[in-house]
Amino acid sequence: MIPRFLLIGAIVAVLAAAPWWADRGTIRLLVEALTLLALAQLWNLLAGYAGLISVGQQAFVGLGGYLLFSLAMFAGVPVLWALPLVGMLCALIALPVGALAFRLTGPYFAIGTWVIAEVFRLGFAQVGSLGGGSGISLPVGLVREIADGRGAREALIYWLALGLAVGVTLSVWAALRARTGLMLGAVRDDAEAAAALGVRVLRVKFGVYVAVAGATGLVGALAFLQRLRITPEAAFSVTDWSVVVIFVVVIGGIGALEGPILGVVLFFALREVLSDLGSWYLVILGITSIAVMLVEPKGLWGLLTRHREVRLFPISAPLPRSLR
Amino acid sequence: MDWINAIVQGALLGGLYALFAAGLSLMFGVMRFVNLAHGDFIVLAAFGALALVETTGFFPFWTLIALVPMFALGGYLLQRSVFNRITGQDLLPAILVTFGLSVILQNVMLEAFSADSRRIPAGALDTAALALPGGIGVGIVSLLMFLAAVVSLGSLDLFMSHTRSGRLLRATSDDQEIVGLMGANRAHLFALATAIAGALIALAGVLMAVKTNFDASAGPVRLLFAFEAVIIGGLGSLWGTLLGGILLGVAQAVGAQIDPGFQILAGHLVFLLVLALRPEGLMPRKA
Repeated sequence: MIPRFLLIGAIVAVLAAAPWWADRGTIRLLVEALTLLALAQLWNLLAGYAGLISVGQQAFVGLGGYLLFSLAMFAGVPVLWALPLVGMLCALIALPVGALAFRLTGPYFAIGTWVIAEVFRLGFAQVGSLGGGSGISLPVGLVREIADGRGAREALIYWLALGLAVGVTLSVWAALRARTGLMLGAVRDDAEAAAALGVRVLRVKFGVYVAVAGATGLVGALAFLQRLRITPEAAFSVTDWSVVVIFVVVIGGIGALEGPILGVVLFFALREVLSDLGSWYLVILGITSIAVMLVEPKGLWGLLTRHREVRLFPISAPLPRSLR
Repeated sequence: MDWINAIVQGALLGGLYALFAAGLSLMFGVMRFVNLAHGDFIVLAAFGALALVETTGFFPFWTLIALVPMFALGGYLLQRSVFNRITGQDLLPAILVTFGLSVILQNVMLEAFSADSRRIPAGALDTAALALPGGIGVGIVSLLMFLAAVVSLGSLDLFMSHTRSGRLLRATSDDQEIVGLMGANRAHLFALATAIAGALIALAGVLMAVKTNFDASAGPVRLLFAFEAVIIGGLGSLWGTLLGGILLGVAQAVGAQIDPGFQILAGHLVFLLVLALRPEGLMPRKA
């Protein structure tokens, strides 16, 4: 147990010190990676554990970004205070949105969430005070209030992103080790048997959906706080917030907390190598993830641990040696 | 009068949406499988027609002679080689593989045909219109499109109710396991359903290419329209799908009449309204 926490702690400590050892470009890249990691963990919880396959999480990423800008610009809420508020509001909005989406099941749930995200995108493009289709920038005065100077602001946003990525990963881990995880596992193995044992299947799934929506909104708010500018196209981008996130989880390993971490590292390595290829790099990612799905559905992490039980984030006790 | 005109044009466009939806609905009905790349295949058919017209100079509708069998065969082979491996209880592989396929198709078409918005001109047919009383003009292309939709859905309905293969497909829709036990070849039946879907996709793609502008990234929105027509109409009902398509087309046309930026949004909102008030759809298949 101790070496595991030492390892995780050491990695987090090195990352936390990044503003002292990394240049601005690296910091920006790290914020992007940490945001992607948080989104990947959340999608993994939703699809890999709760069986809710959504291709419309960009609805909450964009909503989070727009809510942050609106709260700061129109309600006068200090930007940093607005962040937790955005998370709560997104979870609140997920209640009616989820109630609609949950009327559809399986593959139609996936397309339904996509329609809802499109409604958000087209809806925000109609709001004139938020710049309509061309978007809006956070006013300079508000940006100055965040921190003393650009370096301090970028470091602060970086630490928030790090805190969020670590927080999301640990929260998902904690949830999976607790009652929720047991119930989700039971539902995944046999929904009818789980229901017969008293698991309120829909209620558990709905709870996960709402919690994930809130956290996704928070990640979105931070992503657009870093960019300081938001447009409907960027806020509700299918490619940035669904395609890439799903590829990262699938290639890294769905249904394991280590998968998304591995996936994010791999994604940024691939992106550096393939950056000259334009849209071909999405084609290559697509082919890779289809191949993974057909050959090793548990992804790279599944491949690495096929013969050896290694867990950075164990969610169940290992089987006693006599039963193996 | 503008409003009546908008409703008529929207209803005719709804025929095209029903065609988008028919293949999706058939595949889901027979094997509970949804191809998220459905819309991208429609756009692929449209680009196929464009390429054929540009190289041979044929009249756009003649491309159907090549494209319909090609897409039917392609559908059959795709189902037998890839989709059959991911059709089953576990939804995750089916959704993720077809989602990946959608991204691949979009980006390959983007590289091959650029991001430009295209349309296939149909010569004199483009402007030919039937004048209705009250100053309403109905384009011949729109009318042909609607007729093609009704004829295709009608033939599919006849095929499903009066042929041996159709009966087998309906039986598969009721219980896949039992049909397999009775000695039917499930892998072949699934591929047959996808082949029919492929033919419908080719028809829809060619008609769309003549009627509206399209580009390499137009697929996902076509998938959403198809899905909305299916849900509005009610799962498993072909004529319900036609009604769903018409309602969607009318909603979009009326929305566009209010404000051009409101066109697509109005369609989505009507869909969400139906989902909220009548989730089983307007014409659900009786159990």
